[in-house]
Amino acid sequence: MFLFIEVSFLQAKQAVFSLTSCQIWGRTGMQSFKRKVLALFSFLAVMGLFSTPAFAQMDLVGEWANLFHEDQPERLGGPDVGDYAGLPINDAARMAADAWNADILSVPEHQCKPHPADYSPRGPAMVQIWKEVDPLSRQLVALRTHISWQAPERWIWMDGRPHPDEFAAHTWQGFSTGEWLGQVLKVTTTHLKRGWIRRNGLPRSDKAELTEYFSRHGEFLTWTVIINDPVYLTEPMIRSSDFRWAPGQQVGNYPCLIVTELDHPQGWVPHWLPGENPNLELFSKTHDVIQEAARGGAATMLPEARKKVAAAQKWPPPTQPAAGGRGGGGGGAGGPGAAAGGRGGGGRGGAGAPPAAPGGRGQ
Amino acid sequence: MRKYRFVFVCAVAALLGFGFAATVQGQRGGGQQGSPLRTAIYDPQQKIYYADANDRTVRALPVRDNVWMIVGAGGNITVQTGDDGVMVVDTGSGGAMTDKVQAILRALSTKPIRYVLNTSYRPDHTSGNEALRGAAAGGGGRGGGRGTPIAAHESVLARMSAPTGRSAPTPVNAWPSETYYKAFHDIYFNGEGIQLIHVPDAITDGDSLVYFRRSDVIAAGDIFLTTTYPVIDLKTGGTINGVIAGLNKLLDLCIVKEKQEGGTMVIPGHGRISDEADVLEYRDMLTIVRDRIQDAIKKGRTLQQIQTAGLTRDYDGRYGATTGPWTTAMFIEAAYQSLTKK
Repeated sequence: MFLFIEVSFLQAKQAVFSLTSCQIWGRTGMQSFKRKVLALFSFLAVMGLFSTPAFAQMDLVGEWANLFHEDQPERLGGPDVGDYAGLPINDAARMAADAWNADILSVPEHQCKPHPADYSPRGPAMVQIWKEVDPLSRQLVALRTHISWQAPERWIWMDGRPHPDEFAAHTWQGFSTGEWLGQVLKVTTTHLKRGWIRRNGLPRSDKAELTEYFSRHGEFLTWTVIINDPVYLTEPMIRSSDFRWAPGQQVGNYPCLIVTELDHPQGWVPHWLPGENPNLELFSKTHDVIQEAARGGAATMLPEARKKVAAAQKWPPPTQPAAGGRGGGGGGAGGPGAAAGGRGGGGRGGAGAPPAAPGGRGQ
Repeated sequence: MRKYRFVFVCAVAALLGFGFAATVQGQRGGGQQGSPLRTAIYDPQQKIYYADANDRTVRALPVRDNVWMIVGAGGNITVQTGDDGVMVVDTGSGGAMTDKVQAILRALSTKPIRYVLNTSYRPDHTSGNEALRGAAAGGGGRGGGRGTPIAAHESVLARMSAPTGRSAPTPVNAWPSETYYKAFHDIYFNGEGIQLIHVPDAITDGDSLVYFRRSDVIAAGDIFLTTTYPVIDLKTGGTINGVIAGLNKLLDLCIVKEKQEGGTMVIPGHGRISDEADVLEYRDMLTIVRDRIQDAIKKGRTLQQIQTAGLTRDYDGRYGATTGPWTTAMFIEAAYQSLTKK
C-alpha cells in the first residue's frame, strides 16, 4: 500500500510538472495527459484516505485533575445546612432541603449512591476520558468518562442515536448524546435519577435534563453543566468546573459496601418536620449573611443581592494571612461545627496571623 | 399418467385443507372475525415493539431477558415469555387497547397466553382479563379461554364478583380463577419461580407484588408508581401505612447490582421501568408526607387545613395534580382518612 502511495506520489508530481510545462499536445501527449491526470486523482484519493481532517475536533481524551479554586468550601468540606444562596431554586426545593436530615445518609439504601452526572464533576473528581470506536470502521461511537469518587462512568454517544423512550429506566448518569460545536463538545443528557444540586438536601428531580459543554484550552478543561429542572428550579442553573491535564494520573477502584451500624425500625426515614429543623439559620448567623440571601432563589444570583448582603454584614473584613501562614482561614470544613470558629476561623498554621473573627470567611 | 393425476389431486386436496386450517387458526388467533390482524412493528434501535406504526402509544419495552413491560394501555402490563407460553401480569384498561396489546403479544411470542395474574382488582389493571384470557364474546384473544387461569389474591375475586343473585361489576370470564389468601402464592412457569406476595391494606385489601425470581423482576402494581401519589382506594381497604409497608417490603426484596443502581428491576403500576433507588425515593417521599399529615392531625388540624397547608409542596411538582382523576387534595384526603380511621 505504501509503495502504491509512493508511486502515485511520484506520478502525481510528474503530472503536475508536466501540466505546468504544457507538454500535453499531440496524440501521444494526450495519452500521457490522461495518465497523468489519473495519477493525480489517484494520489489525491489515496492521500485523502489516510489523512486526518484539517478541522479535527478538540481531543478531550486523557487524564484530568480537578481544580478547586471555585466554590472550594462547598465542594470539598461541604455546604452548610440551610445555605441555599446563589441558586435559582423554587419554594418546593427550599421545603425539601428544610426537611433534609443528614442522618438519611446512614440509611442502608442511601449509603452507596454516587453523585449524579450533573454533580459528579463537582466532588472529588479525578476524571478519565477515553474513546469507544467501532472495531471495524474505527468511527467514534462514544466518549466515555470515569470519575474517581464512587466511580461513576458515562457513555456520551456520538453516533447520532436517539434518546430512549420516556418509560425506559433512569440512571444516576442518565443517557447522554454529544455533538461538536466547533471545538466545543455539547452533551445532552436525559433519563436521570432524582439527584441533588447541593449536598445539603437541595434536590434535582428526575425530570431534569442537562446540557453540558466541554471546552479545552491547552492543558485546561472547562466542564460546564446547565441544569433544566421544571420541578425545582425557576430557571436554568449554570455551573462550571475546571480541570487540568494530568498525564500519569492513576484513578483507583472505588468499591462501596453498605454497613448497618445502628438498629433502626424498618422504614426509618430521618427528616425534619416543617418548622422543626433547628439548623436552618446556622449558616446565616455563622457567616453573617442575611437570611433572605441564605434562602436562595434566582434573585440571590445577581450582583444587587451581593451588595445587599455586604451592606447588612457587621463583621470586619477577613484578616490577611501573615507570610508563611496558610491563611486566617481554611480552618473549617463546614457543617454545624463551623459555628464555633466560623468557616475559616482560626487558621491552619497561620503562625503570626491573628485569628479571624468568629464567622470570618478565610478564603 | 394416472399416477400423476393422483398426485395432483392429493396436492390440491392438501392445499385446500391447509387453507381451511389456516383460516380457522386465523379466526381463533385474534381480532374480530373477518378483520385483519394488527401487526406490531419493531424498532431495533430502541428495542421497542409498537402496536401500531401510526399510533405509538401502546408499546413494549424490554426489561430483562424474556420479561417485557407494555405501556399505554392503562396500567402497565408485565409480560413473561418462554416455552410454556405467555404469562401476563395485569391486562390494562381493556376496550380498544386490548387489540393493540394482542398485537404486541403476538410479536413477542408465537405461544398462547397461558397465565394471567392480577396485582389488584382495579379496572386499569383487570379490564383486559376476559379478552386476553381468550374468553371474550366473539372470539379474539390468544388465551385458552376459561382454561387459562387468572391468579390473584382472593379479595380481587371478591371485588370483581358478587354474591349469587346480585349483579357483578365485571363479567364472569374476567374473574380470577386461582386465588390465595395467605402471605404468598407460588407458581412455576417458563422455567422460573414466580411469587405473588400479598400486601395487606395498601392500595386496596387485595394487592400483590409479583416477583419473577430468576429474571429478578418485580411487578409492583399500584403500590409503586412513578407518575402520581399513590391512588389509595379507601372504599376497598386501602391505607397509606399499608402502601408504605408494601414499599418497604419491595425494598427488602430488591438487591442492587452496584452503587444503588440496577440489579432487581421493578415495574410500577404506572410509569417507567425502575430499580431500588427509584422505589427508595418514592418510599421516602411517602413516609415524609405521612409523618407531616400525622403530625398535623396530632396538632388538631382539620382535613381542610391540612389540604391547604402545603404539606406536600416539595413533591407536588413531581407527583401532584390539581385536575384529573387523582388530585393532590384527593390523595391528602385519602391519607388523612386512613390515618384517622378508628
